[in-house]
Amino acid sequence: MVIKTEPFVVNFGPAHPSTHGVFRMRMTLDGEVIVDMEPVFGYLHRGIEKLAEERTYTGCIPLTDRLDYTASMTNNFAYVLAVERLAGITVPERAEYIRVIMAELQRIASHLIAVGTFLNDCGAFMTPVLYMLREREKILDLFDMVSGQRLTYNYMRVGGVSQDIPEEFIPALKKFVKEMPGWIDEYDRLLKENEILLARTKGVGILPKELAINISASGPVLRASGVKRDIRRADPYSIYDRFEFDIPTGTAGDCYDRYRVRIEEMRQSVRILKQAMEQLPKGKVRSDVPHLTHPPVGEAYGHIEAPRGELGFYLVSDNSIAPYRFHVRAPTLINLTALRDMMVGWKVADAIIIFGSIDICVAEVDR
Amino acid sequence: MTLALSGEEIAKQIEKKFPKSIVKSSPEGLVVDREFLLEVASYLKTARGLDFDYLTAITAVDYLDYFEVVYQLTSIKHNHSLVVKARCYGRENPSLPSVVSLWRGADFQEREIYDLFGINFEGHPNLKRIVLWAGFEGHPLRKDYLRW
Repeated sequence: MVIKTEPFVVNFGPAHPSTHGVFRMRMTLDGEVIVDMEPVFGYLHRGIEKLAEERTYTGCIPLTDRLDYTASMTNNFAYVLAVERLAGITVPERAEYIRVIMAELQRIASHLIAVGTFLNDCGAFMTPVLYMLREREKILDLFDMVSGQRLTYNYMRVGGVSQDIPEEFIPALKKFVKEMPGWIDEYDRLLKENEILLARTKGVGILPKELAINISASGPVLRASGVKRDIRRADPYSIYDRFEFDIPTGTAGDCYDRYRVRIEEMRQSVRILKQAMEQLPKGKVRSDVPHLTHPPVGEAYGHIEAPRGELGFYLVSDNSIAPYRFHVRAPTLINLTALRDMMVGWKVADAIIIFGSIDICVAEVDR
Repeated sequence: MTLALSGEEIAKQIEKKFPKSIVKSSPEGLVVDREFLLEVASYLKTARGLDFDYLTAITAVDYLDYFEVVYQLTSIKHNHSLVVKARCYGRENPSLPSVVSLWRGADFQEREIYDLFGINFEGHPNLKRIVLWAGFEGHPLRKDYLRW
């Protein structure tokens, strides 16, 4: 007897624990196999770009915290960089170093969440993510020292940072930098040769190199596909040209490579932290900038290598105290473009892993 | 360092190939006539020495007289960049050709511009609202959108 089958549509999400926020995937399934998929989002749209047009340049900094809330420091960084480019403001040396230290700490914290929740999605439920949150907590303590916040830091300012780092910061950072490589080795010991992890991620959700470039992917997603592009190297901003670090890349562009690239990037961030800590000069942390910035008429695009990819801010000024146009180039929104290509042909259980390996933050996708 | 190519020089190069296709050019970037947008974009993507294989970002700005769509192009091969703009007029039905056929990364971004600015991208495979719901009235990022 032949069983007659027909494809059916399943709504995956919007509220589902493995969608990392409110995100819906409209899947057409043939049995367990995905034949079509359409991402539906916008549930967390807050109109940040419109809100920013009503605020002063400094007043927009807290808004950027709320884009990718697991990496607020780098959001601040990209935004102030764009404003500084627009207004032609220079930043004191010490502030540059502090910014780099914060950005790299943030990268580690964000990758810890990314890798932890990815392993959660793979079925290693809660154990790895708890180990990783343990380390992330130490970074949050460091951020707490400098900004008084644990999630939305609002720490960087146009022309520097809001305040100097306190005395106890450097010893705590030294301790962290010393211990972190050991912790990364610990994750590796636990997971690197885990047969289940390999079976579920190797060769799954492949993003070929050409497609990755064509869809404008960035960050670990692009590098896992074998493209050696990192804004810190390709277009060095701030003082990144002074540090030695490698750009880890993958070869296959599968979920495993994306996971490996993130682990390796954490090691590289520790390297940068070590160098920045040793070179940290004394001096001012903020140049003399008026409280209300009036950039000249014009436009600027500032971009950085955020943990999730190329985060860019496109600002247009009409010489008033508020930006005329405030656009965010959200890396995770653009990385999602290839989601359908990566998922079609795989089973529902793989879809969760593929989605998790892109590591999105819905607050940034929807803005 | 990513080399920002001069809009003026590239504009001369394009003018040779497509006469009257450039509206304006400056060292920061160039403005392409909307009729030629797709041809010029295709040329920029494939011409030897330019090879703009990576579309970093697209966004739009509402200047009330016209909408300006800004394309940030990058070449991963040569590590250089260029800002290309296109203008479209009218508040009722502004439109531009879609570049999704060249760079698929434009897909969601063009949909977002359509959603928030109301610019139609001709030839887009799936042009519908992306962050707002289907029945939403108006386009909030326009400067004349009712505030509250």
